[in-house]
Amino acid sequence: MLAWKIGGDQGEGIDSTGDVLATVANRMGYYVYGYKHFSSRIKGGHTNYKVRIATTHVEATTRRTDILVALNQETIDRNVHELEGGLLLADQSFSPVLPEGAQAHLLTLPLTEIARNLGSVMMRNMVAVGASAALIQLPLDVFLDYVTKKFEKKGADVVNANREAVTTGYQRIIDEYGALLTFKLGTPTPGDRLVISGNDAIALGAIAGGCRLMCGYPITPATDIMEALVRWFPAVGGAVVQMEDELGSITAVIGAGFAGARAMTSSSGPGISLMQEAIGLASVAEIPAVIVDTQRGGPSTGMPTKQEQSDLLALLHGGHGDTLRVVLTPGSVEECFEDAVEAFNLAEQFQTPVIIATDLSLALWQQSVERSSLNGPNVSIRRGSTLSQEDLLALGENVFQRYQFSPDGISPRSLPGEKNGQYLATGVEHGPSGKVSEDPTNRERMMNKRLSKLDGVTAIRDGFRYEGPERPTLILVGIGSTVGILREAVKQMGGQVGLAWFRTLSPFPVERVRNVLATAQHVMVVEQNALGQIRQMMAAHGVSDERFTSFLKYDGVPFLPEEVVTRALALLSPVEVQ
Amino acid sequence: MATLQEFRTSEKSWWCPGCGDFGVLAAMQKALVAVGASPDTTAIVAGIGCSGKIGNYINSYNIHVTHGRALPAALGLKLANRDLMVLVAGGDGDAYAIGMGHFMHALRRNYNVTYIVMDNHVYGLTKGQTSPTSEEGFKTKTTPHGSIERPIHPLMLAVSAGATFVAQGFSSWQPQLAALIQKGIEHPGFSLINVISPCVTYNKVNTYDWYKKTLQNLDEDSAYQANDRSAALAKLHQTEELVTGLIYQEPSTPYEDLIPGFRQTPLVKQDPHVDPDTWDKILQTLE
Repeated sequence: MLAWKIGGDQGEGIDSTGDVLATVANRMGYYVYGYKHFSSRIKGGHTNYKVRIATTHVEATTRRTDILVALNQETIDRNVHELEGGLLLADQSFSPVLPEGAQAHLLTLPLTEIARNLGSVMMRNMVAVGASAALIQLPLDVFLDYVTKKFEKKGADVVNANREAVTTGYQRIIDEYGALLTFKLGTPTPGDRLVISGNDAIALGAIAGGCRLMCGYPITPATDIMEALVRWFPAVGGAVVQMEDELGSITAVIGAGFAGARAMTSSSGPGISLMQEAIGLASVAEIPAVIVDTQRGGPSTGMPTKQEQSDLLALLHGGHGDTLRVVLTPGSVEECFEDAVEAFNLAEQFQTPVIIATDLSLALWQQSVERSSLNGPNVSIRRGSTLSQEDLLALGENVFQRYQFSPDGISPRSLPGEKNGQYLATGVEHGPSGKVSEDPTNRERMMNKRLSKLDGVTAIRDGFRYEGPERPTLILVGIGSTVGILREAVKQMGGQVGLAWFRTLSPFPVERVRNVLATAQHVMVVEQNALGQIRQMMAAHGVSDERFTSFLKYDGVPFLPEEVVTRALALLSPVEVQ
Repeated sequence: MATLQEFRTSEKSWWCPGCGDFGVLAAMQKALVAVGASPDTTAIVAGIGCSGKIGNYINSYNIHVTHGRALPAALGLKLANRDLMVLVAGGDGDAYAIGMGHFMHALRRNYNVTYIVMDNHVYGLTKGQTSPTSEEGFKTKTTPHGSIERPIHPLMLAVSAGATFVAQGFSSWQPQLAALIQKGIEHPGFSLINVISPCVTYNKVNTYDWYKKTLQNLDEDSAYQANDRSAALAKLHQTEELVTGLIYQEPSTPYEDLIPGFRQTPLVKQDPHVDPDTWDKILQTLE
């Protein structure tokens, strides 16, 4: 396991440098996890990209950095404390200075000058890639193959110049600092893996799940979903519409759901707040809709480029009136794919809006994922209860009751275009035919019908997962990107520590939560918000007691596994430490 | 061929006796019959307000959405099933106040739906407040001393924003209104038909008689050509939009024909599964 980081100003190609390293290491059979520090601006300001390279699956970042590549002094000043004796490679062009007391070996190379001599300072990043390959002791040829392919379309001159840049960076490190190179990554595990983010996985899951219309409005950190679908939809005949706002986005999705297409929108907190009224419409008119919330720091504009999990209560209760929404919370990139597929199934099966809640870290940070876990053509698609044209013709004219009462609350729907299936779908309270009704008895029955549908979701979906020992001293409970961090913390701690995470927040899997946590001596709920929103939900369902404690963080920075370990050990120490 | 009767429902109207909206409803039903529409392949999207109730009275697939959002719902509906004939109804509040953002973008998007705005210059269902199209000085419960805001001119806005079909009708002039709605339905793109639909309860200024005296009928103006954007603007400016008939139309390709890779077969009729070859190609872009 090794952590490499590159830092510089935004707009200097930091991202692409990290991407090259991650992609090549992944192809060699290593597992990678990339973490980016960035701000809401395009040019300027410090940015850095940390890539962990490991021989086993990795889904969290870490405190320590082994190799830091600095393109400016600010990168050194801000990040050198992570090195703990590691290597610091700095561009000679800014005359790097190692701060007093810093524990690092400073290596310098004229990265900019080498690139300029090869024809363009733009290639500085490729020099850095070559130098990094040498520092990590990865073979040069795999990087050269990558560069050749990447620049193929730009002609032989560009290919050769970039190959030269990588080679020079590599060779200069070997020649000048060969004696310092002691890292050994270990043997990679060959496999067929892709480096993707949660946003990528959701876009893939949407396509696999039959979604063919995406209406959205750009917002960090959700925009990648829209952009990925712009790229992929033409191949499957789908359409992306960049709407004028999120009010329009969600309503267009509802229009499409009414018509019988699988449609989605994706946004983050500010956009989700705007959608709340329409989500209520989809609930009351019983129209399928899929909404992705990639949470970021809130409220208001908050911290658009920072990690938080503070929309949870709003996702459940943000709209007016009594509604229940289905809220899915994938805890890994693989689960993002699964839940994206399943969201469309649940939305149609239960004729209701389904929200997928991720967070910035899960949405953006790329990691190695087995290709076999993204089996699009093999997913199951459940369309829910519909009446065919034959059913409706058999029924006759003016007989169909769109909202007829049923034991599970689900009424078969007709789709526009079918004879004898015409009805009114409305946000106004209505009777079984769809016609507006203010009758008190009907009102209660209709409300109960809609609310009862979600019991069906609980019956078919495991909303709370657990991995760990049977009689744990401690269970760490998390959600979203925190799950991967907790998994690493559990690994570091060993012993009788378990990990549990929510796959469904609504309907709240109360029985599962109670059963899973029953035997734990301690339960630590780790969530990234100030109010302890998950803990509040647990308390509201009567599953929080004196064994429970919260570990909250709301500074915009993801939890580190080490932080969780420290806190967990402090909790256990009165009991466990001899 | 469907008949007028087939486009009616058993629902009793909630509108006030004498409301202009009855005329709009009748003209819509006539136009649907004239274009050969069928109730099962017709979809009507409506917003909130007196106008929003129109779907309750037309036998078709109806969706009655949140205030101001009928146009985006219609976009999703049309893209999901482009074989449907999609009509959208709203009032001057729904269209030009809370829904103004969507209105402008629907015009520039030019998807193939017909938008019928029932314009009575006043908020009716909330019992008489000023509207975006109320004239200056118009007295209501929220403007007891008269409106101090300038009215929106929806037709000039539409023509300026790049609309490909703009017309105005009057609910009392049935043959013209039905013909305009028919033309709008037949137009391959976004069509706006603003309909003067007097409110007999809360607007005692812009009455049927007042409109009959002030409206200029373009059908009687043989010199007017509806294919010239600047002439259309001049006419609207000169008449202060007190004019009925086809104001502007140009040849148009609807939005859904321009989306890369979007098929003629409606989305709802396509297999939702992704085939293995296409899937492999998609995953290759991530390698």
